[in-house]
Amino acid sequence: MTDQSAGESASGALAAGTRRRALAEFWHYYSANTGAVIGLFVFAALVLMAIFAPLISPHLPQEQFRDSLLTPPAWQEGGKPMFLLGTDAVGRDILSRLIHGARYSLFIGLVVVVFALVSGIVLGILAGYFGGWVDALIMRVMDIILSFPSLLLALVLVAILGPGLFNAMLAIAIVLQPHFARLTRAAVMAEKNREYVTASRIAGASHLRLMLRTILPNCVAPLIVQATLSFSNAILEAAALGFLGMGAQPPIPEWGTMLATAREFILRAPWVVTFPGLAILITVLAINLVGDGLRDALDPKMKRS
Amino acid sequence: MLRYLLHKLALIIPTVFGISLAAFAFVRLLPGDPILALAGERGVSPERYNELIHQFGYDRPYVVQYLEYLRQVLTGDFGISIATKRPVLGEFQALFPATLELATVALIIAVLIGIPAGIFAAVKRGSWFDQATMGVALTGYSMPIFWWGLLLIIFFSGYLGWTPVSGRIGLQYFFRPTTGFMLIDSLISGRPGAFRSAVSHLILPSIVLATIPLAVIARQTRSAMLEVLSEDYVRTARAKGLSPRRVVGLHAFRNALIPIVTTIGLQVGTLMAGAILTETIFSWPGIGKWMIDAIGKRDYVVVQSGLLIIALIVMAVNLIVDVLYAVINPRIRVQ
Amino acid sequence: MRTKLTFAAALLAATVIGGTAQAKQLVYCSEASPAGFDPSPWSGGNDFDASSRTIYSRLVEFEHGKTSIMPGLAESWTVSADGLEYTFKLRPGVKFQTTDYFKPTRDLNADDVIFSFERQWKKDSPWYEYLPGTGWEYFTGMGFPELLKEIVKVDDLTVKFVLNKPEVAFLPDLGMDFSSIVSKEYADQLQKAGTLQQFTQKPVGTGPYQFVDYQVDAVIRYQAWDGYFGGRQKIDDLIFAITTDPAVRAQKLKAGECDIMSYPAPADIAGLQADANLKVDEQEGLNIGYMAYNTTQPPFDKVEVRKALNMAVNKQAIIDAVYQGAGQVAVNPIPPTMWSYNKDIKDDPYDPDAAKKMLEEAGVKDLSMKIWAMPVSRPYNPNARRVAELIQADYAKVGVKAEIVSYEWTEYRERGKAKDRDGAFQLGWTGDNGDPDNFLFLLGCSAIGQSNYAIWCNKEFEDLLQKGKATTDVAERTKIYEEAQVVFKREAPWLTIAHSKVFMPMNKKVQGFVMDPLGIHRFDGVDVAE
Repeated sequence: MTDQSAGESASGALAAGTRRRALAEFWHYYSANTGAVIGLFVFAALVLMAIFAPLISPHLPQEQFRDSLLTPPAWQEGGKPMFLLGTDAVGRDILSRLIHGARYSLFIGLVVVVFALVSGIVLGILAGYFGGWVDALIMRVMDIILSFPSLLLALVLVAILGPGLFNAMLAIAIVLQPHFARLTRAAVMAEKNREYVTASRIAGASHLRLMLRTILPNCVAPLIVQATLSFSNAILEAAALGFLGMGAQPPIPEWGTMLATAREFILRAPWVVTFPGLAILITVLAINLVGDGLRDALDPKMKRS
Repeated sequence: MLRYLLHKLALIIPTVFGISLAAFAFVRLLPGDPILALAGERGVSPERYNELIHQFGYDRPYVVQYLEYLRQVLTGDFGISIATKRPVLGEFQALFPATLELATVALIIAVLIGIPAGIFAAVKRGSWFDQATMGVALTGYSMPIFWWGLLLIIFFSGYLGWTPVSGRIGLQYFFRPTTGFMLIDSLISGRPGAFRSAVSHLILPSIVLATIPLAVIARQTRSAMLEVLSEDYVRTARAKGLSPRRVVGLHAFRNALIPIVTTIGLQVGTLMAGAILTETIFSWPGIGKWMIDAIGKRDYVVVQSGLLIIALIVMAVNLIVDVLYAVINPRIRVQ
Repeated sequence: MRTKLTFAAALLAATVIGGTAQAKQLVYCSEASPAGFDPSPWSGGNDFDASSRTIYSRLVEFEHGKTSIMPGLAESWTVSADGLEYTFKLRPGVKFQTTDYFKPTRDLNADDVIFSFERQWKKDSPWYEYLPGTGWEYFTGMGFPELLKEIVKVDDLTVKFVLNKPEVAFLPDLGMDFSSIVSKEYADQLQKAGTLQQFTQKPVGTGPYQFVDYQVDAVIRYQAWDGYFGGRQKIDDLIFAITTDPAVRAQKLKAGECDIMSYPAPADIAGLQADANLKVDEQEGLNIGYMAYNTTQPPFDKVEVRKALNMAVNKQAIIDAVYQGAGQVAVNPIPPTMWSYNKDIKDDPYDPDAAKKMLEEAGVKDLSMKIWAMPVSRPYNPNARRVAELIQADYAKVGVKAEIVSYEWTEYRERGKAKDRDGAFQLGWTGDNGDPDNFLFLLGCSAIGQSNYAIWCNKEFEDLLQKGKATTDVAERTKIYEEAQVVFKREAPWLTIAHSKVFMPMNKKVQGFVMDPLGIHRFDGVDVAE
């Protein structure tokens, strides 16, 4: 008994050492990609902005300045210094709304990825490990989900569930999770019959333990890359749903929703259209840069070339 | 090969049933009531309501409704739109060419620019061209295209006045559709200026729709090329003194083609999703806008059959890609 | 050589076409696709614009830009003393349109008139159900099945309508879109061929323009009907460019891609007015945008609470931010352009402090409530969500917490009708005819569960409403309705938000377009300057 725990802690220390080395190696490869580093910084800045939104934003996001409807950005003629990026149709400060909007977009990305990742992994493991009819059933359902264009499916799902931020996130998660399921299943299938898995099975490890402790860690890398991709996809899809009036509902300052309500002003007040879109682009670009960096650093094949 | 094909088809049959069931279920789950949606602000009397519900068969058990629906679909009858009373298939056929034309032109743009850009970037790996191309590609990949479309409209149509605001061709040109493709129809019509007009109407929407596929194709081409260029036989070819152009053109590109073709095939779903947004922004009379309108109007029949048709198209294209893939790469068939 | 020859021929053809291409063309950027071209089954304004007002005509017509009646296909008519028999003399020699799908062999006669109504009325007519699920909503909605006893052909050019009871509005009803006269000869021909559906896809009428082509969701083409009994139109080609997005319509108008457009977004109006090539006609809309409290649910069952909430809302701010100035603060439930509008009624003043005090006195503390916002844009309320956001902010100032809710459009109205609905409900109304009852009935006791979203049944108001209906003398009715408005304002079942203006931006070369009080877009009599 004592032996075993000593052995475990020893292997734990060993693992910690390898982990540290792996991390250092990872950072080495990651930092070689300038874009990825920039992306990481921008992303970190966005996260900080979201966390400290109430402290940084000059005004409350829902505060209506009724005497300053559709004020242009400060540097334009007619702009006011107190509204750096101008105001919208009911006199709310666009900068403050964008800063608060970062919270929603990042939150959407996070929730969607967690939901899609967890459900995708569970389904993928079930399918891959048990095979047979379980596999067939799950993978056919995934096929069905993937045969609908993602945005169309998300739209119909939101129409069923009712428009709103939470329902939009749920719909996007459902649309994105087959990718995780497929990835996990493929990894599990590949690992399932490897010697070390067979060995642990013979040693009497339970199914659950086998999957979680033995197989899963070996498909972490592609899952992380897919998760980053899904993160940015989720933000884009949520914005698209918001733009079509099916996502977050006003007065929530979600960027896509802001764009939707701003659409009628494209001729008269281009700034209410320009900035929310720019915010989406910058955020998604930053995350995709990070994703590229992660892929390069985690994928041994790419390292070689 | 035949066995592979049969295997693929066997997998597809349950999926098709699943899709039809999903489309059927989605539509029954939608809140709101199609009869009331039709009646508008004035409402409809309870008696008439019951009559209509009965007439459309919505008072029958779901199982019966589904089986009836399947029976109809299998005989090629996709139902009659509740809102317009026109056959859904007819509406689809009238609108699909517009989407197909838009998507085809977008895909051509994406392929014609994406592949050369990817190849050059791979060959000149690390150069400023590579970095700039990949930067632009990633930006394109990250683009919220509905916003991108609005910006292009503001700039090119609003500010510069170079392109028309919406529509498929100038209204002074009138001819009945032969192919449904405005570019071809305008040429057939022989009317001077018609083709030009069609092109000018198509250019912005197709650029917007091409943005993401273009970015994906450029990136995929580059990485596929990089992989191939590092293979031993390419190095050997280089060492043998073959000209770089020959190496890239003949050996590397042909082998990189497999993943690229797959990528292009996978863009069909992306194009369909993008078409929804692009058509909404440019008031393009295609099936993306048609579906959005139908969801808004609770036109059960259109949503149900539209979902089914679109999913079947996506699936058919994926199947074709799979088969192509198997043709190019015989190893896959064994699996 | 041969190719050269064909090329020359094509060139020749092109010049010939070029010669006729001097045709006058008017492009109208319309807001939605028509459901079909049969004028009777549908009820949308866009359906009527595309069918009844272009292709068809009626026994009687509304005067251009007014709600008064003038002769149409009927030259003259007589009404029996008991008001039960209307006899119409048809105009002789009226020609149905000749198209490539139908060549009429006879002129309009009484059979066409009878057919036009009986197909919507007699369930044994093969045309009653020719479109699956047709409700003939207007025909039933105007009470025609109960009203009509029979329609008799006296002779070829005389037709007699026999009613079950007198109806003051019968003539105006015959000027409405669903009363358009269709061709029985064409219908018979289609029935023989078994292609009944074509009736709504390839229409034939007696109106100013004839149908040429429809590309689904994109373009409708018409051409002037040479044999129109009112004289050939000056425009040769009338084109509807269907453009659902108002901002895109405005851009197309500016770019010269269309000559005239419907329903501009309030935000675009200033820009359109500033454009040197354009002019913007405007008219007071026959409408009201309101927010109905649920007067059966506490604390909104108290008049003081409703009044206090009314006083908490800065309505001028709503006019500025949502209507962009293109509307006016509503005081009464009927628009000021309508007869019997009570000018003496004062609106509840905007006074947050007083409102707060009134709420406190009524014992209302920490009120949190829902504000319902329609998911669609309507002329009477272009952006209900934005209105809700403004009211929400105003309420916050008097200590009332509001949550904005919205549902899909049909569900929205269904849920709004529920007697135990939670919260204040935004909606509005656009008039069908010029009568005050057409607005005030919205608040009648019998309209609860249908159009009375305030769930408000006030005996005094209801009595006045019934009295007004039973009275024929206009001066007397005016008095009754003025009093009803006093009761309404005192009881405050609604927050009356706005009466919006309706705008019609067009190119300066468009001449003779007259705005219609009922929101119809008519292109007869319109010309385009060279």
